[in-house]
Amino acid sequence: MSAPRVYVRGVGAVSPAGWGAAALVAALENAVPLPTIPLARPGWDKTVATRPVPTPATRPAFLQHARLRRAGPISQYAVAAGLEALGTDTAEVQAGHLKLGIVVCVMAGGVSYSRRFFEEVLRDPLTASPLVFSETVFNAPASHLAAFLGIDTAGYTVIGDDGAFLQGLAMAAQWIAQGDLAACLVVGAEEVDWIVSDAMRLFDRSAIQSGGAGALYLSGKASDNASVQLSAVTDSFNYSADQNRTKAARGMRAQLPNGAAGELLCSGERGSPRADRAERSAWEGWPGLRQTPRTILGEAFVASTAWQCVAACQWLRGGLGTAANVSIVGANQQAIGARFVLSDDPRSL
Amino acid sequence: MELSPPTSYSRRASIVLFPRIPKSSSPERVVVTGAGVVTSLGIGWLANEAGFRAGRTAFRPVTLFDVSRQRAKTAAEIDVPAELPENSLSEKARSRLDRATRILLLAAHEAWARASLGSSENIPVVLGTTSGGMALGEAYSRQTLDRPKTNWRQATRLAHYQAQLQALELGQALGFKSQVTILANACASGANAIGYAFEMLRHGNADVVMAGGYDALCQLTFAGFDSLQALSCTTCRPFDARRDGLSLGEGAAVLILETLDHARKRNAGILGEIAGYGAVTDTHHLTQPHPEGAAAYLSMQKACDCARVTSAQIDYVNAHGTATIQNDATEALAINRWAGACAAKVSVSSSKGNVGHLLGGAGAVGALTCLMALRGQWLPPQAGLTEPEPLCQFQLVRSPTDARVTLAAANSFGFGGANATLILRRWP
Repeated sequence: MSAPRVYVRGVGAVSPAGWGAAALVAALENAVPLPTIPLARPGWDKTVATRPVPTPATRPAFLQHARLRRAGPISQYAVAAGLEALGTDTAEVQAGHLKLGIVVCVMAGGVSYSRRFFEEVLRDPLTASPLVFSETVFNAPASHLAAFLGIDTAGYTVIGDDGAFLQGLAMAAQWIAQGDLAACLVVGAEEVDWIVSDAMRLFDRSAIQSGGAGALYLSGKASDNASVQLSAVTDSFNYSADQNRTKAARGMRAQLPNGAAGELLCSGERGSPRADRAERSAWEGWPGLRQTPRTILGEAFVASTAWQCVAACQWLRGGLGTAANVSIVGANQQAIGARFVLSDDPRSL
Repeated sequence: MELSPPTSYSRRASIVLFPRIPKSSSPERVVVTGAGVVTSLGIGWLANEAGFRAGRTAFRPVTLFDVSRQRAKTAAEIDVPAELPENSLSEKARSRLDRATRILLLAAHEAWARASLGSSENIPVVLGTTSGGMALGEAYSRQTLDRPKTNWRQATRLAHYQAQLQALELGQALGFKSQVTILANACASGANAIGYAFEMLRHGNADVVMAGGYDALCQLTFAGFDSLQALSCTTCRPFDARRDGLSLGEGAAVLILETLDHARKRNAGILGEIAGYGAVTDTHHLTQPHPEGAAAYLSMQKACDCARVTSAQIDYVNAHGTATIQNDATEALAINRWAGACAAKVSVSSSKGNVGHLLGGAGAVGALTCLMALRGQWLPPQAGLTEPEPLCQFQLVRSPTDARVTLAAANSFGFGGANATLILRRWP
């Protein structure tokens, strides 16, 4: 039996570069780390450096939807990226002509509302806001997205480290390949909050937190423009006493083709020698081009992984090559990789 | 170090996440060969079976955090034992386990022991949770506010409050090294986890999967439900006409699921069958169900379609039954509609009257309660019921009842509109 084909029909992104995949790609092509914005950290004189999503030039129309007016930033980013990825198929979905699944992947999740609510609880639980609490659930973004699109197919929220986005892609792709769904939107989203930036410095003082979302619209049908295909998602190589990050990263790389000069590696390297050691070791000798979005855009965990995938797909759509690998050596769970190809590439299977 | 060149996908498809080529074109049957449970009724199958069968309740004043300023004061707290069953964690690692992970480990250990499988190395794990190790996250938050320049223990708290670390600790403890998938679909998480595992097996993407759900009590969630005025200030009474809200609990249920083919080949003891799974999204509101239970009805219908059974064949429904005014009313309407002319013959009760709402653990415990009822041929009575909700056209189980139970359904309806139903079948 031949491997099933799953295509990337659309991509979407909200990032520190701006609202839209084009802004993300432009920032990566520019290859200069984006400026940071200081964020106050209560109890400290110093601020923390972050790369938040900029305020859009015009308020997106979808924010008028009843479900999104009070939603947290993470939900707004997820919906924006998802709608961009769906493109003109949004109308098909809303009309009920397309059976679309939703998978949203997060690591920290709706942390700003969770932090706010818990602070209210500590001050006086009797006055803690139920409106804020409602938005703290991990699956709030998936719920808002489904409500906006008016779909009742099962939605899933996958939590984990950065690699969770590739797990979500694999889930969605497998459902499509099995015929359970015609198409699936896979979104990775995170938001900036001082408590996360504060947390990150405990593990890597050079890390700069960023926020936003990335989305891939997967389908069993190719789109009219360049046909980018999700060729594979590797196994998930969990960290353990027997499998450290380096071993896990090498296991992941061993499941992907050796690569060729014209191929792209979109890696999860952060620009920190210590944090990147395992991933660099695994990809030593990579013959093709390299891109490291986190060094430009900052660290947004699952959203960063989604941006890597968006960047890989847009690179292929731009006719710059025929295959791209996405590599993740995640924060604390797994090493995992994915491969995207132009569908006629014989190396795709 | 030179890496060995990878082979092509067609030879390695079985060990990548995608694509996975199914072994056959017809769906596999999925059976349960191991089960473990921890609730406020006790640790393990026997304690919980006795408790659910007798209709016991296990609520008490909250001791884990300050509820003096909350409207509600009680929950179904577990007496988590200090000692854990035999496992491969180091002494240091065991000492760092948070409450939720300990609860999960207890349930998983029981399930794994019962399944009597050999190596756990290549068995995927699918878990559902709403808050992971949130109590550690709360401790982290408190310290950042109270002592912002003190880092003592913060890194450890941050690491271990995340659900993926809890899952890896479980893996380390019991030898599971394969993929871990964690679903956070609010109160349907546990059911979705079992359902996703069921689909993996059904499609031939695995031979064995460990699946379950868990959550521990934490202040943020308790305060959250209290802020919504969803917590009962009296008693948790699902489907009672005078119900006034839910009671939170904590716990875990874990199942070892196998394809029937794999179970038969190793002469495994089979506890029951997962016959069907239905899942939908209710888009009515972030926290409130559709007033007519439209999504709940659809969830139940889809599960029946998957199992190729009709509602008339379902003997017992373990309802979501939180005891909130809204949920029980809409679920009653949904069950009435789903059961149709046979509504009066369907027996219904909710485990939440016994052990509270376990959030991420609720759907898994609900499924396991069905399993117990199927194996023991009894119906769990509805704890706390005095005067049935008039909307209920079905039979609420009023007392411990021996019965012929062949098919059972477990409902889970969560925040964000995550709705899931599992159908379980008795194994003769």
